[in-house]
Amino acid sequence: MRRDIFQAIADPTRRAIIALIAIQAMTPNAIAENFNTTRQAVSKHLRILTECDLVKQQQQGREIYYSLEIEKMKEIDKWLDQFRKLWEARFNQLDKVLSTMKKQKK
Amino acid sequence: MTTNLQFDFDVNKATKTVTIVREFDAELSLVWDAFTKAEIIDQWIAPAPYVAKTKYANFEVGGKRFYAMIGPDGQEKWAIQKYTSITPKTNFKMYNAFADKDENPEPTGSEWDHNFSEHNGITKVTITIFNESFERMERILEGFKLGFTASLKNLEDLLATLSKR
Repeated sequence: MRRDIFQAIADPTRRAIIALIAIQAMTPNAIAENFNTTRQAVSKHLRILTECDLVKQQQQGREIYYSLEIEKMKEIDKWLDQFRKLWEARFNQLDKVLSTMKKQKK
Repeated sequence: MTTNLQFDFDVNKATKTVTIVREFDAELSLVWDAFTKAEIIDQWIAPAPYVAKTKYANFEVGGKRFYAMIGPDGQEKWAIQKYTSITPKTNFKMYNAFADKDENPEPTGSEWDHNFSEHNGITKVTITIFNESFERMERILEGFKLGFTASLKNLEDLLATLSKR
């Protein structure tokens, strides 16, 4: 099942995790040290972020490092931009409709 | 008259809220009609070559607009808007959900809030969409096939990967 990306970003802890690992790759333990929460809770957040392809894991020796998929974040913005275009197209049509309405009124 | 009409589109990913602001070079009563009278909505809401068709509409609190977006291939995508609050020429709110052709809505939809104001003959409309989901937005885009370029990009990437083998 594909995860809802809004869901991924809607949680404040997950947003804080994104901000942390945007700077450098970190292990789950190092990430957990920044929060007043259990290691399990952090693992769950990381799992959700991974399922959304927002973070990637890299094995280094015995440790797993998590880092941010910056391209994926950019992709979301690009994707949202299509929505902007959709509304632009709608409103350009509405401009024409309004101008016709104005002429009819006169 | 040519003025720079404002257009803002903002998505707050954290609160799942979409805000759209647009100015129109027309008086408030015309813009209000364009957003609330089904026969006018149908003229602009679907980006060409798609067309909108309202099956019935009842613009009053508790009333509904049941409509479809129809593609060039004739495929119909139905949705229901239920009007929850109306303050004439100032504000109206509605609940929007995808539906099937028999008017059965999906369990979750989004809440829409429209605000209208006029200044010097320019009417400003602010639309706020609450509880929007990535999944629903994706379906809207897929509906209008604007995602076509993204798919092409994926295909390009796939071909590049395959050719390296």
